Amino acid sequence: MHEYSIVASLVERVELELAAHPGAHATRLTVRIGEQSGVEPSLLRTAFETFRVRSACARAELVLEPVPASWRCARCELELAPDAPLRCPRCHRPAVLAAGDDLILERIELEVPDV
Amino acid sequence: MCEDCGCGDPDILPIDVHHKLLTDNDLRAAHLREHFVEAGVLAINLMGSPGSGKTALLEATATRLGDAHRIGAVSGDLATDHDAQRLRRAGILAAPITTGTACHLDAKLVHDALHHMPWREVELFFIENVGNLVCPAIYDLGQAANVVALSVTEGEDKPLKYPVMFRKADLVVLTKIDLLPHLDVDVRAIRDGLARVMPDPRVIALSAKTGQGVDEWIAWLNGSRADSCRRSPR
Repeated sequence: MHEYSIVASLVERVELELAAHPGAHATRLTVRIGEQSGVEPSLLRTAFETFRVRSACARAELVLEPVPASWRCARCELELAPDAPLRCPRCHRPAVLAAGDDLILERIELEVPDV
Repeated sequence: MCEDCGCGDPDILPIDVHHKLLTDNDLRAAHLREHFVEAGVLAINLMGSPGSGKTALLEATATRLGDAHRIGAVSGDLATDHDAQRLRRAGILAAPITTGTACHLDAKLVHDALHHMPWREVELFFIENVGNLVCPAIYDLGQAANVVALSVTEGEDKPLKYPVMFRKADLVVLTKIDLLPHLDVDVRAIRDGLARVMPDPRVIALSAKTGQGVDEWIAWLNGSRADSCRRSPR
């Protein structure tokens, strides 16, 4: 259940932004979550729903943008077909993960008070 | 207030932060890695299920190496210091990290533990992670290499069920192979599974009980240490 510690770091980052915008509150958070990030979207959502009460994210919606894993050959730059063996079909070198291991808070949307 | 049409809606301010959510841990891990490299200590993050034979692997390592290398370890468990006690009895400089409810070690826990032990005196330092094939995979601990202990009793499909853990492994140690005559398990199926989730699967089959495969494991450690020393000033 490392999803709880991830939500804690999400809340911390939002608090930082709120400190820079007095009177604002967060309305929406957008997180890119890679298929190979080791974090389960449904568990992250559950952890967020549990944790956000009385936090800087109490009124924020969590938007998860899934990123599929993609593998490619670092030398030939060929992209591997999904579920193919993790070797370059041309030169047989081990493939590298090109996308899908990220866990990134992309955007915070704040509702700012009238000035 | 919305200035475009006077609708009365409050202003929404989007901020593109592009913040990696494990940044704090990654920074602490980079700090630990600098320390390990500068001190010429090979740090290994040893992961695997509960009961996969992580502690037994370290005991067998200490027995085989004798005084040839000094070995240190921290051992993570939710409760008890049993593993650290076992490691100490095997001659390893060991300290427990009791995590309470946490299912993995993070760089801060390892860093705090190192402050209380003379880790610079060892040549090999094992971070025996909490038994778990999920959470430990995503926390960098400053290690030079990730090793996953997978016992032959765990079933052939573990690599396919836990692809993130095995993708991050530099080496898989297939443990308890002395039990193979008593099991309906096909080692080729395990290796095939690993090849589907690891681009460059390296596997050492080993029995801590009979000592089979331990020489190959020691050779891998020595090779990794030589690689790591070439990068360090010591």
